[in-house]
Amino acid sequence: MSAFAALLVRDLRLAGRGGADALTLVLFFVMVGAVTPFAVGPDRVLLARLAPGIVWIAAFLSLLLGLDRLFRADEDDGTLLLLRQAALPLEAVVFAKLLAHWLLTALPLLVASPLLAILLSMDMDVWARTALALLLGTPALAAFGAVGAAVTVGLRRGGLLGPVLMLPLSVPVLIFGAGAIAPGSGDAALLFLAALSLVSVAFCPFAAALALRVGSE
Amino acid sequence: MTDLVTAPKSNWVSRLAHPGNFMAWSRPVLWPLGLLTALVFAVGLWFAFFNSPADYQMGDTVRIMYIHVPNAWLSQFVYGVMVVAALGTLVWRHPLADVAAKSAAPLGAAFTALALYSGALWGRPTWGTFWEWDGRMTSTLVLFFIYLGIVALWRAFDDQLRAARIVAVVTLVGALDIPIIKFSVDWWNTLHQPDSILTPTGPKMPLSILTPLFVMMLAFTLLFLLLHLVSMRTEILARRAESLGRQAAAKAGSTAGAA
Repeated sequence: MSAFAALLVRDLRLAGRGGADALTLVLFFVMVGAVTPFAVGPDRVLLARLAPGIVWIAAFLSLLLGLDRLFRADEDDGTLLLLRQAALPLEAVVFAKLLAHWLLTALPLLVASPLLAILLSMDMDVWARTALALLLGTPALAAFGAVGAAVTVGLRRGGLLGPVLMLPLSVPVLIFGAGAIAPGSGDAALLFLAALSLVSVAFCPFAAALALRVGSE
Repeated sequence: MTDLVTAPKSNWVSRLAHPGNFMAWSRPVLWPLGLLTALVFAVGLWFAFFNSPADYQMGDTVRIMYIHVPNAWLSQFVYGVMVVAALGTLVWRHPLADVAAKSAAPLGAAFTALALYSGALWGRPTWGTFWEWDGRMTSTLVLFFIYLGIVALWRAFDDQLRAARIVAVVTLVGALDIPIIKFSVDWWNTLHQPDSILTPTGPKMPLSILTPLFVMMLAFTLLFLLLHLVSMRTEILARRAESLGRQAAAKAGSTAGAA
């Protein structure tokens, strides 16, 4: 097994054994969506109109909430220090962790999104497009989040700072993600979303690795 | 701190950028620069208030532009300064680049806030609203958030040397992302408002309006340079005071330990 795959499997296995963290995040995702009707009123037409946006906000918040876990545990027990000495370049290490993070946080949200669709009285095809947009857009969110997590990993009180830094940078993802259900330009938005994900997933591991390197000198 | 620099200083840039030299040459520059800024401001404001025509549609409110546009220009210019400083931090590890980046961030946030504020004041009489989710305003707001995030990041670190490199990474990521944000926000806006009253009539401006505008932009840019210099000097002095305090504490600690 290559070092990359080993690292990926390690992260997945750790998450599987370390309790129900991923499930808690899904619970949070569903709860944010379920709480919104209390705030805007139970009008089904209004909810159906707002639903894709609510799903995106819920996913956005859930991913930001889970962001701190990306490097924190490894930093605390010294694993990150060992990984920096590994033969595998730090960029690849970050990419493996990013992949595991996406599989553990974004994918469960996608699986749980039909539940929100029912609660918010979404159409089937609107849900399908939203889910597709989430599938295409969440890698970009996770990649930006990886930079935020890498930047704040050395800080004791950095938990809130990473999201605050990365939230404005993630605005394009939200725009194209919510734009994916627009009647005329939805396909263009999906393509932009895919492009954004590809670029940021390719670029952000380098930025995150740089931040990890300069942060622990 | 300063005697750690071991590279030979051959060119004039590194001579000017040496923190000790910087403190020496920047002190006599401050007063003339301040006077020049005040002079250009006086000329610009005189043009803006007395020697430029009122717009035939907007009337006298067009004069808000002479405050608004320079601030909007600076909100982006200061980010450019921070990017150059971030490169200086990451590539050359120059201590003065750290200081330049750190003292530029709050200034950039302030100019961006002023641009948003003056824009809101201008928007009220001309468009009838303080805020519109227009592409340019939205991207300026996002830029403001980015500035605030960077300022918060600077303050979160105890070790300012480490902070400088980390913030430099964030600044560069932001620099790559800001064009994407601008593009996406414009795309998003045109989606909702195909025809907008906010279309820029820039090239149609007559010279009588352009002259005060450019003078005011120069004045605000000089103001930024002045404030940046003062802020950098303050930061260097603060760091020196801190390291002197540490030395004193270490000395007191060692004598107390010996006694």
